[in-house]
Amino acid sequence: MNGDITDICARYQGRGREALLPILWDVQTALGSISPAQVHSISHTLRIPEADIFGVIGFYTLFHDQPTGRRIIRVCTDPSCALADADAVLHEVCARLDIEPGETTADGETTIEHSPCLGLCDVGPAALVSARGQSDRALAHASAASLLDDWTGDYFTPAGDENSVLLDGSLTSAPQRLAEYGDYAALRHAKTQSPDQLIAEVEASGLIGRGGAAFPTGLKWKFTRAAEGAPKYVVCNADESEPGTFKDRVLMEHRPHLLLEGIALAAYAVGTNHALIFIRGEYPKATQILHDAIAEADAAGLLDGLTIEVRRGAGAYICGEETALFEAVEGKRGFPRMKPPYPTTFGLFGKPTAVNNVETLCAAPPIISRGAAWFRSVGTAGSAGPKLVSASGHVARPGVYEIAPGITLRTFLERQCGGVIGKLQTVLMGGAAGTFLLPGEIDVRLTFEDLREADGTFGSGAIMVFNDTVDLRDMLLRLGRFFQHESCGKCFPCQLGTQRQVEILERLDAPLPGDCDRLRDIGMTMTEASICGLGHTAALAVMSALEKFPGLFEGE
Amino acid sequence: MTADDSITLTLDGSEIEVPAGATILEAAAEQGIAIPVICYHEATTPNGLCRVCVVDVDDGRVLQPACVATCQPDSTIETDSERVLRSRRTILEMLNASVNLDEAPEIQQMLRDCHADPERFPHAHKRDPELIDDNPFYVRDYAQCVLCWRCVQVCAEDAQFTFALTLKERGHDTSVATAFDISMTESPCVFCGQCIGVCPTGALKPKIEWGMQQGLSEDELRAATRRGRKRDRDRA
Repeated sequence: MNGDITDICARYQGRGREALLPILWDVQTALGSISPAQVHSISHTLRIPEADIFGVIGFYTLFHDQPTGRRIIRVCTDPSCALADADAVLHEVCARLDIEPGETTADGETTIEHSPCLGLCDVGPAALVSARGQSDRALAHASAASLLDDWTGDYFTPAGDENSVLLDGSLTSAPQRLAEYGDYAALRHAKTQSPDQLIAEVEASGLIGRGGAAFPTGLKWKFTRAAEGAPKYVVCNADESEPGTFKDRVLMEHRPHLLLEGIALAAYAVGTNHALIFIRGEYPKATQILHDAIAEADAAGLLDGLTIEVRRGAGAYICGEETALFEAVEGKRGFPRMKPPYPTTFGLFGKPTAVNNVETLCAAPPIISRGAAWFRSVGTAGSAGPKLVSASGHVARPGVYEIAPGITLRTFLERQCGGVIGKLQTVLMGGAAGTFLLPGEIDVRLTFEDLREADGTFGSGAIMVFNDTVDLRDMLLRLGRFFQHESCGKCFPCQLGTQRQVEILERLDAPLPGDCDRLRDIGMTMTEASICGLGHTAALAVMSALEKFPGLFEGE
Repeated sequence: MTADDSITLTLDGSEIEVPAGATILEAAAEQGIAIPVICYHEATTPNGLCRVCVVDVDDGRVLQPACVATCQPDSTIETDSERVLRSRRTILEMLNASVNLDEAPEIQQMLRDCHADPERFPHAHKRDPELIDDNPFYVRDYAQCVLCWRCVQVCAEDAQFTFALTLKERGHDTSVATAFDISMTESPCVFCGQCIGVCPTGALKPKIEWGMQQGLSEDELRAATRRGRKRDRDRA
């Protein structure tokens, strides 16, 4: 291909800025990068300024405005993969090609990059590979040989047992097909009643959002239903990017129809035929599975006029923030908006929008088919219903588990995860935006309320286990680099704070006098003055470590 | 003002009445309290991004940007509480570590006003790109850019609809740029000068002013600016 994108542009004729990420993906996949000439063509096709397109390309790390190799290999070096020796894999790949991360071989064949968490924390080291003109692939158990020679590394996260509801213990490596899942009985049942009755049932269940913010789902649907404006939207937030979190990936890869039925229920509740799944660009396998499942459900007539569009992100953790996600769908840099107004009144394209996490939507069908009382019977009063957690690091059986909130972390680690490998040093709860628990604190019950009381966070349900061989300074530096890389740069506290934080974390072995106070001031400023949840939580782990592991900050 | 469209609240310990819908910044200014702010400009859409103007509302979980947060009835607002001052001071100290503020006297005054330590963050990564001198009208010294976005905004929907500028990269690496860093003369820029007008630092500067700072002679200045060339043509 000589860089001519006439055919690609022809497919987007008549569309506007909202088509920017899709068209950029088409060009990026076909050509490996997006050049000034191609930006010019896209500018004419979608009728948006060239400078804006350039700004968007630069915001998303999976888009390139400079030529890349015919294949791009990205290796995750975030905490869980680091424990699986990802650095050594990356080093060996670079050594064999005689380049550094971020560079391309002289023959133009291969580009190597660092990657933030790829959501394969249970089967690391993880890699995301692209070959020009082909679909991207996520690889597990990556080695220099697998990355350079044959790109093997398909994976399967076994999930669920005979008691599971969200997960399904009978699943094999293939996604559950419609015939195995059933014909959306919960949706059919819900439609025999009014949307208000459906919302009342979800409210009665006590379901709260599973993405980290824990907002009551029924209330969100009620607000969206009551809001003025049309069309309304249901947006499924599948931008799962919190390091250590991979439950939504497993749900999408194993049980796509559970998610689609949940989306259809939400759409019926708020009163719309417009739904959209925004999925992170690092999840190519789940993306394909969702496309296939939507086609299957549509062919079976189950969607009943509802359109569910799958939108692929392009490498930006910030787009998990709901308003940044809207901006990405609208074809802009993924900057979080100021709130209020909130999405239920002013969401996607300025319309009332119910935006829910994958796991939250997956909880809706069983609530309808089994009833709100059943949901409340699982878990505790403050944490109703089964909850998924992602366990990684030093446990015998890392993976995604469905728990009844209320069991203790100790019981979970011992029974479900098969125990800690080695001597436990600490557990990082809630991912990079999480807090540390000491070995003496793991009798805490896994519920939103207990963890909040322990000054911790359940967050998105990430549980990263570190034994006493782990260098926590190194882990903190990786977390700090993650936020430095992912800060959108909009508000000063986070843009500057994530940078200043890393500068101090880089010298933990030989700190300057006053560094602890600097870290506290940076942390409190990001927490209290940033625009969005990324900034509010970008210092949580460091602040937690200052309290739990003061020795880390006192130098050698 | 009627009773219907005014609200009552407590600002720094005083009960005050303000028009409904007023921002906290406006209400405070009315009381003679000048809340410092960098990114806000009355001619541009407020984005509430510098966060220097944050205030404490009802001892909330997070602080509120006074430039965009509207006054709520019966609320209690503090513009100089401990947590407000810590955030304000730390933001300014971190900014000073990243940006050359030599030609931003207003921001320097803010640093002094909140007793900020200009050397608080030693060994910090300073953004220090080369000055861009690519047209006869103005120079761009992004080492002095605080990323308030105003120039990008007036170049786009806030004023000129020219769209010569964008933001490039993200996080601390963000910078203002043209598409693919082409020169201003190759870009759609119409040299309206609005970006220079709203720049709060010395990042954007008329070429004549810059040339005089550099000590250029009148002939050199004339050679460096199109205006000079046109005058020469007119004389000829």
